[in-house]
Amino acid sequence: MALLEVKNLEVKFGLRTGEVTALRDISFTLDRGQRLGIVGESGAGKSVAAFSILNLISRPGYISGGEILFDGKDLAKLSTKEMRYIRGNRISMIFQDPMMTLNPVLTVGDQMVECLQAHTKINREEARRISLEKLKLVQIPSPEKRLDQYPHELSGGMKQRIIIAIALLLNPDIIIADEPTTALDVTIQAEIMDLLLELCTSQNLGLILITHDLGVVSQVTEQAIVMYAGRIIEQGPTKEIINDAQHPYTQGLINALPQQGIPGERLNQIRGSMPPLHRIPQGCAFHPRCDYADAICEKELPGFTQSGGCQAACHLVAGRIALKAKAEETH
Amino acid sequence: MTSLVSIKNLYKKFPIHGDLLDQISFSGGKFHLKHEYVHAINGVNLDVDKGEALCVVGESGCGKSTVARTVMGLLSPSSGEIQYNGQRIDNLSPTAMMPYRRKMQMIFQNPYASLNPRMTITQALEEPVRWHQPKLNTAEVKEKVAEVMASVGIDPSWGVRFPHEFSGGQRQRISIARALIVDPEFIVADEPISALDVSIQAQVLNLLMDAREQRELTYLFITHDLSVVEHFGTRVAVMYLGALCEVAPTRKLFSSPKHPYTQALLSAIPRLEDEKPDFIRLKGEVPTPVNLPSGCVFHGRCPHANERCKQEIPKLLDVDGTRVACHAVEEKRLG
Ligand SMILES: Nc1ncnc2c1ncn2[C@@H]1O[C@H](COP(=O)(O)OP(=O)(O)OP(=O)(O)O)[C@@H](O)[C@H]1O
Ligand SMILES: Nc1ncnc2c1ncn2[C@@H]1O[C@H](COP(=O)(O)OP(=O)(O)O)[C@@H](O)[C@H]1O
Ligand code: SF4
Ligand code: SF4
Ligand SMILES: [Mg+2]
Ligand SMILES: [Mg+2]
Repeated sequence: MALLEVKNLEVKFGLRTGEVTALRDISFTLDRGQRLGIVGESGAGKSVAAFSILNLISRPGYISGGEILFDGKDLAKLSTKEMRYIRGNRISMIFQDPMMTLNPVLTVGDQMVECLQAHTKINREEARRISLEKLKLVQIPSPEKRLDQYPHELSGGMKQRIIIAIALLLNPDIIIADEPTTALDVTIQAEIMDLLLELCTSQNLGLILITHDLGVVSQVTEQAIVMYAGRIIEQGPTKEIINDAQHPYTQGLINALPQQGIPGERLNQIRGSMPPLHRIPQGCAFHPRCDYADAICEKELPGFTQSGGCQAACHLVAGRIALKAKAEETH
Repeated sequence: MTSLVSIKNLYKKFPIHGDLLDQISFSGGKFHLKHEYVHAINGVNLDVDKGEALCVVGESGCGKSTVARTVMGLLSPSSGEIQYNGQRIDNLSPTAMMPYRRKMQMIFQNPYASLNPRMTITQALEEPVRWHQPKLNTAEVKEKVAEVMASVGIDPSWGVRFPHEFSGGQRQRISIARALIVDPEFIVADEPISALDVSIQAQVLNLLMDAREQRELTYLFITHDLSVVEHFGTRVAVMYLGALCEVAPTRKLFSSPKHPYTQALLSAIPRLEDEKPDFIRLKGEVPTPVNLPSGCVFHGRCPHANERCKQEIPKLLDVDGTRVACHAVEEKRLG
């Protein structure tokens, strides 16, 4: 059994205007040493998924179905105290906004010591020693000096390294990183991604990397999930998804990238935009934007079809695979 | 080729308004008031030719937006000049500037802040027409608005609605319509797609490319995203700490980057290709533009820096049709 197994996770938000479903039918597994990417456009549900895994989703949001099995235990059913233990010691999170982790009025060293002492019985000296060791692990320049600095004295790239060091403090099994480099420049982003990749290997960490950047997913992860309007629409080995996407939305996303276009010519755009949660259309949520949409797409929610190593939620893919199977049968 | 816009030896510094206490220093038995500046632009020379899409690229804080704003007359240069069709425009009175305000339009990064929340879309589009073409009657104004709305794919039904009812991509479409509606010749776009999702970025880029073709526009396009540059730009100017490192036709810059910083930047683009290419790691981080490094501003991070780099500011020199500011390239130490 995998270390983390998310099964049919469903999350709802109870809004004044009625209930909306932010996530449905999210399933995947992750073990130590594996790297999983979650991609999708803004509002697709990537952050809600990350927060839910850690049971950090708060009112008006709640987990309305499914299981999050970690070491066989359902995290959705744990007490606050048990969950706090998991969050500190077993699964760490790196947030989209660095200031969600860093306290502006404490030095880096004090925050790290505080974090260690909150989770383990340990004296100050020992805690500082471990903190320094982790700062070295994330290859920050002059680590001793950083312990006594405040967050505002550090550049964006250094802040992100410190956040990674904090995430590593208690030697977790899994790190969930939500857009860890969105606010950073390309050269710094490349360094941070390189660091995450290296840490996953050297520390045997499981990584869930959330991003809207397919380039980043393709360089860092082995497995990928593509989300649209709160659902997984395609998942499988990253290489296969990038080189041979099955779902029309994944294909559209890849083809819309400037690096896939012919310089100076129009890009292959996807028309329209992703609907908000309270206006998700019937049937396949992508159908108003899809070039292949059929009558069935407007009515019936497509289930997953296996194609190669990937699974895609699309009637077209299902039809194609069925045809292929039939052809093979008659041969 | 004639240049439409010329940036001549441009410098721009901003005073730092810290606490008074921060600005006072004590030395030689006296109190001094420190005058500290952010040196945002340090001697930029750049011509934008008629009909081209010139992209300015660089990391955050390198001065791209400051160049854009100075060109548009939203900031005045600390020294240097901006010329339009050979005429100096950075020192014009507001009245003398009026015709240029129509010919030159700007599109901003944040589609949320650039539209007046209290104006309907129709009002937001009619306003600049009435302002710049007061002779048009109401019917003519409406006709003009309808024509531009159709050309950028804005549904006529959007007209009566307010900006908050639209998504980021839709708002950027409206901002573009607002820029196009006064028949400009020159458009400065400052990170126009950075706040948008991939599928929407493609829509907006296509729209800007169509407009360029149909209306013979000239673009100064500011971005930090090199893959957008590769697709959209006819020529590229790479900036670092307020100075130009390299200016070259797009194809050339991507196939044979000459400046060490350009090389590092190109190697850091996250590509879709299978094999992870080795990216060039730079030492340290971008220094602040408050205390500029001596000599080449890149020397502290450059793998090819030598003694001369620490002292002498490299000039932009022509090397096989590329303009590069690097001693190593000049000395032929570097390709
Ligand atoms: N507290 C909340 N109340 C109501 N709706 C919410 C809440 N938090 C998130 N949502 C909605 O849930 C959906 C998914 O949001 P989420 O933050 O997971 O998107 P995301 O994929 O992380 O996007 P981004 O790339 O912009 O970070 C969105 O439609 C969002 O508006
Ligand atoms: N109005 C201002 N006052 C003070 N400093 C400024 C101002 N505008 C820009 N700067 C500084 O000038 C430098 C260049 O900024 P900017 O042109 O916005 O960079 P970019 O657009 O390339 O990210 C930065 O260090 C920035 O902090
Ligand atoms: S199910 Fe239909 S509408 Fe949805 S992606 Fe597939 S073909 Fe397109
Ligand atoms: S001038 Fe010197 S420091 Fe500057 S880029 Fe060239 S080699 Fe590097
Ligand atoms: Mg998010
Ligand atoms: Mg800017």
